[in-house]
Amino acid sequence: MKVHITDLDGNTKEVEGTIGWTLMEVIRDGGMPIKAECGGACACATCHVYVDEEWLDQTGERTEEEEDMIDLALDVQDGSRLACQIELSEAHDGLKVTLARDAVL
Amino acid sequence: MTTETHETDVIIIGAGPCGLFAVFELGLLGLKTHLVDILDRAGGQCAELYPEKPIYDIPAIPMCTGQELTDRLMEQTKAFDPVFHFQEMAEGLRKLDDDRWELTTDQGTKIVAHVIVIAAGGGSFVPKKPHLEGLAEYEDTSVFYAVRKIDAFAGKRIVIAGGGDSALDWALNLQPVAEKVTLVHHRDGFRAAPASVDAMHALVDAGKMEFKIAQLAGVNGDGAKMTSVRVKSKTDGESDVPADALLPFFGLTMKLGPIADFGLNLNENLIPVDTEKFETSIPSIFAIGDINTYPGKLKLILSGFHEAALMSQAAFLVCRPGERLRFQYTTSSSDLQKKLGVR
Repeated sequence: MKVHITDLDGNTKEVEGTIGWTLMEVIRDGGMPIKAECGGACACATCHVYVDEEWLDQTGERTEEEEDMIDLALDVQDGSRLACQIELSEAHDGLKVTLARDAVL
Repeated sequence: MTTETHETDVIIIGAGPCGLFAVFELGLLGLKTHLVDILDRAGGQCAELYPEKPIYDIPAIPMCTGQELTDRLMEQTKAFDPVFHFQEMAEGLRKLDDDRWELTTDQGTKIVAHVIVIAAGGGSFVPKKPHLEGLAEYEDTSVFYAVRKIDAFAGKRIVIAGGGDSALDWALNLQPVAEKVTLVHHRDGFRAAPASVDAMHALVDAGKMEFKIAQLAGVNGDGAKMTSVRVKSKTDGESDVPADALLPFFGLTMKLGPIADFGLNLNENLIPVDTEKFETSIPSIFAIGDINTYPGKLKLILSGFHEAALMSQAAFLVCRPGERLRFQYTTSSSDLQKKLGVR
């Protein structure tokens, strides 16, 4: 499966996804810059991504813990998610997300 | 600013789990330590990011939280009397004529030692700054990431952004002295403690505080003085809130900081070391834990513990040239047990 990650410059890279991994792990493994400072514990907001509108149904709702943590994210949008909280499944093949600035800088 | 100069054997930059365990391993070899950390307490990421989250991969501890691990390490190192310099950032490093290092902190503290150990994890925890054009111009004049003196905000129109405890606590604490406090948060829900949120709503209902469901969009001013904060709301679009001060509270993020200027070889903000001594490209400066890199490196706390033990052996030879390094076990050595205060 593939996921499409757009960086801060607007360049999109196709990254190999693995079912059962989190989106954050796949982005990191794919060599894209993502801070993910807490390592995937939903304890910071530095793996902040924007899920493309067409993929919002497949990625589902933010959990309450994630919603609270997104209070520390900058430039929150409807598609804002923490990539460590999206576990990839077959339904995510082709997923498109854009890295938020606070996930990189 | 202080101008005190301390002398010790080893300076450890970073009081996270690896820095703390280094105190223990160095202490067993009779070496004294000072630690410098930008946070106000020990524990590093364990204390700042996940104090209540469980850790399952510390050998022989099936489960402990980040805070429990920190507390246990503090207990384990107590016998060695480490000196902590909290809320200070290691800023400058220079070699003295007698071959020792002098480290200066941003608070003006000077510490002289034979060895430097960088155990700084992902770097210094610094406030996360909103990405707004022109914001930097007003830092320390109108834009603040911490409140040092409440009085400084007396009579001011203040915009506070964020939904965590810092944002809510400061909104509540500054409201009595400020001319006006406007809280800006992206939703009508908060990660902050419910009691603070209730208190905020009560003040808003009483007309003593304003709450806008919005996000920061910009700052306006003449370059010397900020005059208003631009906010954007999903329902009402953009508007300007007249303000003398802006306090953004979006938590902390990690930056390598002044360590980058110590003259060490760096590899993508990590410090390459050898795997015998965990020494950097500069002799007698070592790096352990998440901040170092070497072939096969795993960013695990247990790796940092191993690195601390091996580093300490090498640090001893720097601190005590000519002395024999005696390898002993805590189980059987009366010398070590005396140092540990158990004999």
